[in-house]
Amino acid sequence: MITTLIYDGTFEGLLTAVFEIYEHRLDLVRIKKGEWLNTALFENTIKVVTENTRADRVLKGLKQKLSAMGLQRLYAAHLAEMDGEDDNLLGYIRYVFDSSQNVEEDYGNKYVMRVSEIVRSVRRERHRMEAFIRFKELKDNTYYATIEPDFNVLPLLVKHFRDRYADQKWIIYDIRRSYGVYYDIHDTQYISLDFATLDPGNAIAAFNENEVLYQDLWKNYFNSVNIPARKNTKLHLRHVPKRYWRHLTEKI
Amino acid sequence: MNAERITEKLNILADAAKYDVSCSSSGSKRKNKDKGLGNASNGICHTYTEDGRCVSLLKILLTNVCIYDCAYCVSRKSNDIKRAAFTVQEVVDLTISFYRRNYIEGLFLSSGIFKDADYTMERLVQVAKKLRTEHNFNGYIHLKSIPGASDELMREAGLYADRLSINLEMPTAEGLKLLAPDKDRQDMIKPMGFLKNEIILRSEEKKLFKKAPIFAPAGQSTQVIIGATPETDQQILSMADQFYRGFKLRRVYYSGYVPVIKDNRLPALNSDVPMVRENRLYQADWLMRNYQFNVNEIVNANNPLLDLDIDPKLGWALRNLNVFPIDINKADLQVILRVPGIGVQSAEKIVSARRFGKLNWDQLKKIGIAINRARYFITCHSSKFERRDLTATAIKQYILAESSSKYLKNSSVQLGLF
Repeated sequence: MITTLIYDGTFEGLLTAVFEIYEHRLDLVRIKKGEWLNTALFENTIKVVTENTRADRVLKGLKQKLSAMGLQRLYAAHLAEMDGEDDNLLGYIRYVFDSSQNVEEDYGNKYVMRVSEIVRSVRRERHRMEAFIRFKELKDNTYYATIEPDFNVLPLLVKHFRDRYADQKWIIYDIRRSYGVYYDIHDTQYISLDFATLDPGNAIAAFNENEVLYQDLWKNYFNSVNIPARKNTKLHLRHVPKRYWRHLTEKI
Repeated sequence: MNAERITEKLNILADAAKYDVSCSSSGSKRKNKDKGLGNASNGICHTYTEDGRCVSLLKILLTNVCIYDCAYCVSRKSNDIKRAAFTVQEVVDLTISFYRRNYIEGLFLSSGIFKDADYTMERLVQVAKKLRTEHNFNGYIHLKSIPGASDELMREAGLYADRLSINLEMPTAEGLKLLAPDKDRQDMIKPMGFLKNEIILRSEEKKLFKKAPIFAPAGQSTQVIIGATPETDQQILSMADQFYRGFKLRRVYYSGYVPVIKDNRLPALNSDVPMVRENRLYQADWLMRNYQFNVNEIVNANNPLLDLDIDPKLGWALRNLNVFPIDINKADLQVILRVPGIGVQSAEKIVSARRFGKLNWDQLKKIGIAINRARYFITCHSSKFERRDLTATAIKQYILAESSSKYLKNSSVQLGLF
């Protein structure tokens, strides 16, 4: 009979679930993220309570079997938050623990291959965010950007933007997941903003006086560099998918 | 800043610079230092124009005023257009403001020739110097060197810029003579030689003294216009090969001629931009730089022109069927890299994966190789072998029939630039 484990969606939660699977020697299992409901219709359901000591033990085990890069890739695959992929991540983790050698490059294996595919998608979106994030300067000289990525890539972006914009305050806010990162020239911290109390009509008033000028200059520049004789809409759309347009200054 | 005036200048001077195709912002290794602004190494395309080309740098001319009268150039002296010039400070402000908003990776600054080479070059260098020294800007800077500028200015440029380039304009000296009679190819080649030596010297110095300044860390590149003069692909690629070897250039860019001026030395105003040919040249160039192909394997006296309907790697494979089929589970990486439909990443994955067991078609497909092309050239852990005893012509027909969308003849679809 299949046992379903429900966890909180965090990486630590996933690792805690793995700990329980090994502790209880569960064989036929499914992992799902979600709210634990007392009225859960599943039989044989275990609620996984995230516990750092347990997660750490699994993490330590993984570190012995994977390179630092391999572990990073597993974490990135988890950030994809794809429906139904937790079972593949579990399959991958089990394959790693069951093998005597490091198997992270065994692309003939279906779990390794699947993780590799997911990581490719996550990296593509991370790269797109590095490219498509558009900051707007606020009155207090903080640079503010909103994003809505398909995958939860914000944690993978922090280092890039810290290294690049070391001398300016910035906020990158994921409006789909309602959290952001704030850098104050010294440290970064995760934040959440209460948009309910903010007046959207005030958004423009919050901009620095030159902000609109630079947005216009950028839009003008974007139009000036186009060569109409070479128009190629299909290629353009492949590079800049429409779902990103509402956050791209040059496409608004 | 006067918004109206700066907008007009930007429109004019971006419009005039857009035919310069260099877009790369990678290959440098400049780190953000002392909590300054920016870093350079990643090569990020921040957006794409509606014609599908990447926008990575703020690419502008300092001025479109020019003392020369080159037939192919919109900024030519005799062309009746609006002229403008940025001040040094205006370029600096635009660069910083765009960079802070994450619009760009840095600046690509070129220029028409104001008065003479040194006068113009000096201003380009001033922009880069100001960005580096006054604003602690560590983003990417690509300066277009002015042919004929003094060695002193070239040396200073290298201290502030990540990349320097001098456009060869035409693939051959004869082509240049025809369309730019005032220009001398030697004026372009001489500074390339100077920079090459300087780059080698400075990187030796850097190895000995950690504190030695970095000098043009992303090296040199150049650009040639193709399709304006009658050179063959063999002439063009041999020229590129010669510059890669002789001057250690990082890139040669190929710019399909866009007819902008009526001149009886040039293709007519309504002629098509040779986009497919341009794409094939980039693919061939890629094979030379990343796949260790020799230029003669790609084009030679028997095949002076690249096939327009198939990519140059497939073209080479069809001319060399005796090399194939290769066993994917045994062949060296270098050999796998030569299989049509297998790229660098897939080839590396194959070599990693086969340590764990032999690979079959399903696994190869999952790894990401283009089976529709590769299957005629490889065997794997499977009894099927698709090539049977097909001739090169038959294989080509099969592949074309299967992938008509990509290789469709006369298609207006331009393939992605690398």
